[in-house]
Amino acid sequence: MPFDPSDIMKDRITDIGPPKYDKFFPPIIKENYGKWKYHEILEPGVLVHVSETGAEVYTVRVGAARLLSVDLIREICDIADKHCGGYVRWTTRNNIEFMVDDKSKLKPLMDDLRSRGNWFPIGGTGASVTNVVHTQGWVHCHTPAIDASGIVKAVMDELFEYFGSHKLPAQVRISLACCLNMCGAVHCSDIAILGVHRKPPIIEHERVQNVCEIPLVIAACPTAAIKPKKVGDYKSVEINENRCMFCGNCYTMCPALPLADGEGDGIALWVGGKVSNSRVPPKFSKLAVPYIPNEPPRWPTTVQTIKKMLETYASDAKRYERIGEWIERIGWEKFFEKTGIEFRHEHIDDYRLAMTTWRTTTQFKF
Amino acid sequence: MALKHATPMLDELEKGPWPSFVTDIKRMAARKPMCEDLLGLLEMSYEHKEGHWKHGGIVGVFGYGGGVIGRYCDRPDLFPNVAHFHTMRVNQPASKFYSTEALRKLCDIWEEHGSGLTNMHGSTGDCILLGTTTDQLEPIFYRLTHELGMDLGGSGSNMRTPEGCVGRARCEWSCLDTQDIIYDITIKYQDELHRPMFPYKFKFKASGCPNDCVAAIARADCSIIGTWRDKIRIDQEAVRAYVGGELVPNGGSHGFEKRKLDIQKEVIDLCPTRCMEWDGKNLKIWDEDCTRCMHCINVMPRALRPGTDVGATILCGAKAPILEGAQLSSVIIPFMKMEPPYEEFHEFVEKMWDWWMENGKNRERLGELIQRLGLREFLKAVEVQPDPRMINTPRFNPYIFYDPADVPGGWERDAKAYRERHHA
Repeated sequence: MPFDPSDIMKDRITDIGPPKYDKFFPPIIKENYGKWKYHEILEPGVLVHVSETGAEVYTVRVGAARLLSVDLIREICDIADKHCGGYVRWTTRNNIEFMVDDKSKLKPLMDDLRSRGNWFPIGGTGASVTNVVHTQGWVHCHTPAIDASGIVKAVMDELFEYFGSHKLPAQVRISLACCLNMCGAVHCSDIAILGVHRKPPIIEHERVQNVCEIPLVIAACPTAAIKPKKVGDYKSVEINENRCMFCGNCYTMCPALPLADGEGDGIALWVGGKVSNSRVPPKFSKLAVPYIPNEPPRWPTTVQTIKKMLETYASDAKRYERIGEWIERIGWEKFFEKTGIEFRHEHIDDYRLAMTTWRTTTQFKF
Repeated sequence: MALKHATPMLDELEKGPWPSFVTDIKRMAARKPMCEDLLGLLEMSYEHKEGHWKHGGIVGVFGYGGGVIGRYCDRPDLFPNVAHFHTMRVNQPASKFYSTEALRKLCDIWEEHGSGLTNMHGSTGDCILLGTTTDQLEPIFYRLTHELGMDLGGSGSNMRTPEGCVGRARCEWSCLDTQDIIYDITIKYQDELHRPMFPYKFKFKASGCPNDCVAAIARADCSIIGTWRDKIRIDQEAVRAYVGGELVPNGGSHGFEKRKLDIQKEVIDLCPTRCMEWDGKNLKIWDEDCTRCMHCINVMPRALRPGTDVGATILCGAKAPILEGAQLSSVIIPFMKMEPPYEEFHEFVEKMWDWWMENGKNRERLGELIQRLGLREFLKAVEVQPDPRMINTPRFNPYIFYDPADVPGGWERDAKAYRERHHA
């Protein structure tokens, strides 16, 4: 039965969840589920996984923008139909993976991918800069301080050679979040690009009482900087601007407190985070550059600063060291010296638990 | 065909070797006025260096409190086709495997009822359909459920769409059946996924091993990470092959040339607990000292494998900064077997949720509540005994909140008797 707009409850199906996980497995994956023995990367972007049964699956990983049109998805389907038996998958980091069950099918697949302009760059494995996880930015979000897709495009254009090669000391995970909400959870990335505001909210006194729940707005402020205030006939709020750290949480609760400002907003860069437990425990990313202005359309200062950090790391770190492990070995004073990034008062924490980040030893480097 | 709005800044993003989202949107714009106006609006954001979307309104499909994000642009006078531009979150199939048949169907539905633009995928894992109008929500939902057997994902103060790593589908290290665990959680808690009943969002993520490819420890309120309790499986012959230069170390991650692995420098000296020794012929591992970091296994995937007594470490409380600062998840249950039907895990989840719903303030994540009331209160609520594996170090302040029940006589004091012993 087709959808009947006059009776939306007719034949209604709800709460079914996603299709069962094995419904879309290619046969080689279904047959060898739980039987994989080892894997190898044959060249950047190309993996083989070998099963205890002797079966092999070859995977070609390609980068993609996270924002895809249905036309491009249909082209991905064409490729998967032609070479991969009609199956394809995406990775957590927005890469597309095409899988074939025989080595002889690998070259035709790769030739086909390479013949389609620059839509399907092969790489993103091993000690590379793999695809960037990111948020919506100006394309679709209501609280961003920066764009997302455009900055990612500019950064990946510049770091392209590191996507399709394994010449870094270890993998480098770059992530972008367009405001402090970090819906991409970028706080544990080797390099994180974060949109920041630097001006307290505008208070639209005549709108506050109509569009906001004032007690919720007051409760939303982590530093208790917001108080109720009557302005003329309007019930509104006042903000102690000295206590504002520009988190934007009040704006989330109240559209009459906008923070966005073309001159005030921009990018902070963070370094040295990781999520894997390999060698050393997971780490948060730490502040490298407090502020770079928004420079659309290609954000040259941001791109070049990231490249400088990446290439300093690449030339200085030991094999297997992630950026955070490298910095901890050489010390933060050496990180700032080697990268030429200015160390400023913004780098010294003055929020809660700040003292745990201050140096309480005479051990440092000159 | 010339597009309606000039986009000189966005056009700059059509250059360069990385795939261009601008070029991709432009080809849709030729037949979708919504995409045409989206490009115009985005160009204006590039000029102003400010976004142009308003707070979401309450829109959704009947009976659900999540899965649709209302979105309206703040210049419908200039860009009427994106005046309404709502997002739908579609619960992705586990580990994002698709048949092209299903994908094509999804594309057809979305081209007919929406902008034809997607995110593959959103941060939480959903397949995101980007941009439609309110009147299209019910038809899309009907077609998703009837034609594809697919459903919406979570948003708002719901359980968010759970996500797992590729797991046993294509990884030899997975100590968990992440696909089955994620499917089980998603199906069992459909009500929590679709209908907001929590103080704030709640995320589950499952990674099959401590490499944690879905970043569960950094972003899930409940992180399920595979591990093992027995010995690393060793193929001594393959170890010798790495040392002898017959196998490429790290599965090729650090270059493809055949080279002799310096096992002392590259494996043993980098082991966080120094629990291994190489005598020139055999690798000895003192497994009782191993903390299962995965480094040696990552470097010698043909020689070393996780053990076979596998299960999960359950950690809780991770979140991004808003409000109280970013948190990583903390160990709550060092080891749980995690076998179907997962009853032990369900019991844990329900005790955890009950405590959070009882005590959590509006928009307070589980990790923040644990910080506010203390880990001890959380452990009591979920009926888990304290364990040194939960901490890095015992406290180094002396300010202990004792329970009167733990002190003989409680806190009832007799001032008169005290003063008989101690004259004022």
